[in-house]
Amino acid sequence: MKLLRQFGIILLITFVGELLKSLLPFPIPASIYGMLLMLVALMNGVFRLEAVEQAADFLIEIMPILFVPAAVGLMDVWNELKPMLLAVLVITAVVTVLVMAVTGMVTQWMIRCDKSAVGIRMPWTIRRDGQETAHE
Amino acid sequence: MSEILTNCTYFGVLLTVGAFLFGLWCKKTFGWAICNPLLIAVMVVILILFVLHIDYREYEASAQYINYLLTPSTVCLAVPLYRQLELLKKNGKAIVFGSIAGVLASMGGILLLSVLFGLTHEQYVTLLPKSITTAIGMGISEELGGIVTITVAVIVLTGIWGNMIASHICRLFHIEDPVAKGLAVGTAAHAIGTARALEMGEIEGAMSSLAIVVSGTLTACTASLFAGVW
Repeated sequence: MKLLRQFGIILLITFVGELLKSLLPFPIPASIYGMLLMLVALMNGVFRLEAVEQAADFLIEIMPILFVPAAVGLMDVWNELKPMLLAVLVITAVVTVLVMAVTGMVTQWMIRCDKSAVGIRMPWTIRRDGQETAHE
Repeated sequence: MSEILTNCTYFGVLLTVGAFLFGLWCKKTFGWAICNPLLIAVMVVILILFVLHIDYREYEASAQYINYLLTPSTVCLAVPLYRQLELLKKNGKAIVFGSIAGVLASMGGILLLSVLFGLTHEQYVTLLPKSITTAIGMGISEELGGIVTITVAVIVLTGIWGNMIASHICRLFHIEDPVAKGLAVGTAAHAIGTARALEMGEIEGAMSSLAIVVSGTLTACTASLFAGVW
């Protein structure tokens, strides 16, 4: 019954996420509300990681399969996709490279700034006692 | 023959799981980047439906029980996020700025190219969530009035493309830090890219999982702003 209990907790949080989505006016999916609720619950010790861990790992592992039916829906919208096919292919190819390069370079630059003594000192690296945080 | 199949409750789920297992087998046997289990599963299912003259609607009715698990699965992404909380805190600033830069680059790039291609508003918002995980992307596309099935197709295309080019892009742009590599791959190519990041290393995989959540959340919060521009 252990897995059932774990799945029950996940379903309960999913359900509360759905409730939040219908009650709040933001264009945020129920899954995001649920995920944030789950994180807050874990951080505040509402339940331990072990209480959901196995069922959660299983659900994450099978995630790619869950996209198959929706992706097969491509055959149903082929006629709508055809007029924008070139745009879709170019945008997918170019923007994916752009995002990967920008994210990686900005993150790496920030990490190196933090580590090096000659890095740019941002105001938030200064601790409350007035001393700068140690550079590793 | 096809009527007998579609009358069976388990036909759609069995076909989906079977096609995915076949995709995993192909990847294990051949090991090419093009052998993406998800890509193969989708192509196999389409081929079988086409050959047996089964309408997508009938497959969908039978496979809907798979969709049912998408929301709880996304909720569970909080678990790896919780596990990496220390790594997240340590590099918090870099992760936040890197993710914001990536998400802005994604939606800014899509906006620019959509204007250049003269796409309609509906087509533009359909493409807007293309770099984030399907569960969140579907929700955003639906909220903004996009064509959800095309959004899913573009998200899958993005993931497979990102999976194939990840190591080349990191080399080309001299991205060597494992945290930066993982974040880059996850922000650009969500869960499918994460599969590749996990092969690069443990930290890359963890940071890529984190990036799915962070970029998904950031996109969910800002997509409506970008949707108002074009």
